[in-house]
Amino acid sequence: MPGLEDLYREIILDHYRTPRNRGELAPPAVRAEGHNPLCGDEIQVYLDVKDGVVSDIKIGGQGCSISQSSASMMSAAVKGKSVDEIRNLVRRFKHMMSIEEEDETAPPLDESKPLGDLEALRGVVKFPVRIKCATLAWNTLLDGLSQSN
Amino acid sequence: MTFDPAVIKKDFPLLEREINGKPVVYLDSANTSQKPRQVIDAMSRFMETSYAPINRSAYQLAAESTDAFEGARAAVRRFINAPRVNEVVFTKNATEALNLVAHSWGGANLRAGDAVVLTHMEHHANIVPWHMLAAERGIELRWVPLTADGQLDLTNLPKLLDGAKVLSFTAMSNVLGTLTPVKQLVDAAHAAGAIAIVDGCQYVPHNPTDVQAWGADFLAFSSHKLCGPSGIGVLWGRESLLDAMPPFLGGGNMIADVRLDGFSCAELPAKFEAGTPPITEAIGMHAAIGYLSALGMGNIRAHEADIAAYAINTLKARYGDDITIHGPTDPAVRGATLSFQFKNVHPHDVSQVLDQANVCVRAGHHCAKPLMKLLGSNATARASFYIYNSTADADALADALANAGDLFGF
Repeated sequence: MPGLEDLYREIILDHYRTPRNRGELAPPAVRAEGHNPLCGDEIQVYLDVKDGVVSDIKIGGQGCSISQSSASMMSAAVKGKSVDEIRNLVRRFKHMMSIEEEDETAPPLDESKPLGDLEALRGVVKFPVRIKCATLAWNTLLDGLSQSN
Repeated sequence: MTFDPAVIKKDFPLLEREINGKPVVYLDSANTSQKPRQVIDAMSRFMETSYAPINRSAYQLAAESTDAFEGARAAVRRFINAPRVNEVVFTKNATEALNLVAHSWGGANLRAGDAVVLTHMEHHANIVPWHMLAAERGIELRWVPLTADGQLDLTNLPKLLDGAKVLSFTAMSNVLGTLTPVKQLVDAAHAAGAIAIVDGCQYVPHNPTDVQAWGADFLAFSSHKLCGPSGIGVLWGRESLLDAMPPFLGGGNMIADVRLDGFSCAELPAKFEAGTPPITEAIGMHAAIGYLSALGMGNIRAHEADIAAYAINTLKARYGDDITIHGPTDPAVRGATLSFQFKNVHPHDVSQVLDQANVCVRAGHHCAKPLMKLLGSNATARASFYIYNSTADADALADALANAGDLFGF
């Protein structure tokens, strides 16, 4: 049985204690909302998308340490990045969470850049029930990006 | 015989299991209960010796199977003191039983503008079917609010019931553990000319049930929460009401005649039992009812009032204001289902940490999102105790919680 230290890494607890990019963005920013129907966690992702770049992102909602820290790390990782880079990052993150690609025609993953803090969430795979917690923010981000198109 | 959970526990093979060399502390019986050897054996024996179709064939095996199935129905009648055995309808679970009433009775009797009164502590199974009916035909839903300590606030009940056709409510909250005043609610409904539907899913496994003493019109509950198998539940209803209702699902077994131009319904209870029912599950439910009845439902209730008091006192003594236990503190008006918030630790994380000690609790919204909203959170952790849980299990919960405080206590 994997130990709690595999799941609750210090960097995860740090993002949970001190979440980055909390708040809201006023329209015309995109607002996407995600729910985990099993546990009741909810999240709002606000995106300012200008010229194909996410110039600002804010996170609202409440949830467990894994969903909140994942959202916080995600916000830090995508801010200032291009939509294409972000879509690649979402795929890499889901790959790390052992989630199979749905789109077989997708371009090959670019794994040249390090995942940074996000690596800390790799241990979540050992706790399959929690994978949904970790991916909630990312699926909501995808929803927001689709809206911004 | 004294009621000894340590002795009772030995009847449950799963509770002998160890994970990582440590015993399982099962505190999730409000979700679903574990099964005693007596139930497992009864189901195996039936499948090994007597399994055959019911109500369809003339050979001896089929007759034995039919007798066993109807024996289960008779046992359910005695268990809830229903007046007549043909008022006991087997369903898939309590959810299906409540949907049956809403769809069939509600469909036949409710019109646009008619009011259905529910409470703020209902499970989704007693909310969504009524929402569906509201969307379909514009009925009005009214809600009995809660007091600060998680009991029903009946101050305005007569006003809420004024002109209403239905009062549908839980006898015990699956989140707060609150026992509701069933008789009083039934009487109030009848005084207003409404029918009274009781969701007994949480109550029936833990308390003596007497539908005649209540004077209720319908009762729904499931087998899997009372030590029986999943896949079978019960709707009890007054014969006069069930008789006047249109059928729910159509198919085999529920008909008297089928022609090219129509059909006629079978008598009760077959009218509401389309298709092959859960036969082996009925035999298992019969065994479970026998098992609980031998322990004594009154003894079970007394044990759970004791263990609720013990668990509340233990957790409060150890953690004080760091733990909030929702629902009433008085064991006289609550069962041993405890939802709690520990420090500022998210219930999901509480449950994860407890799992390291094999302490099994539910974390989430418990299929009661409107109630969660009232409690001001999206989720709670919930420990629920049953016949096989002792004070040692409450101690194990209290011990394991300390680890959550160490990890997340900031």
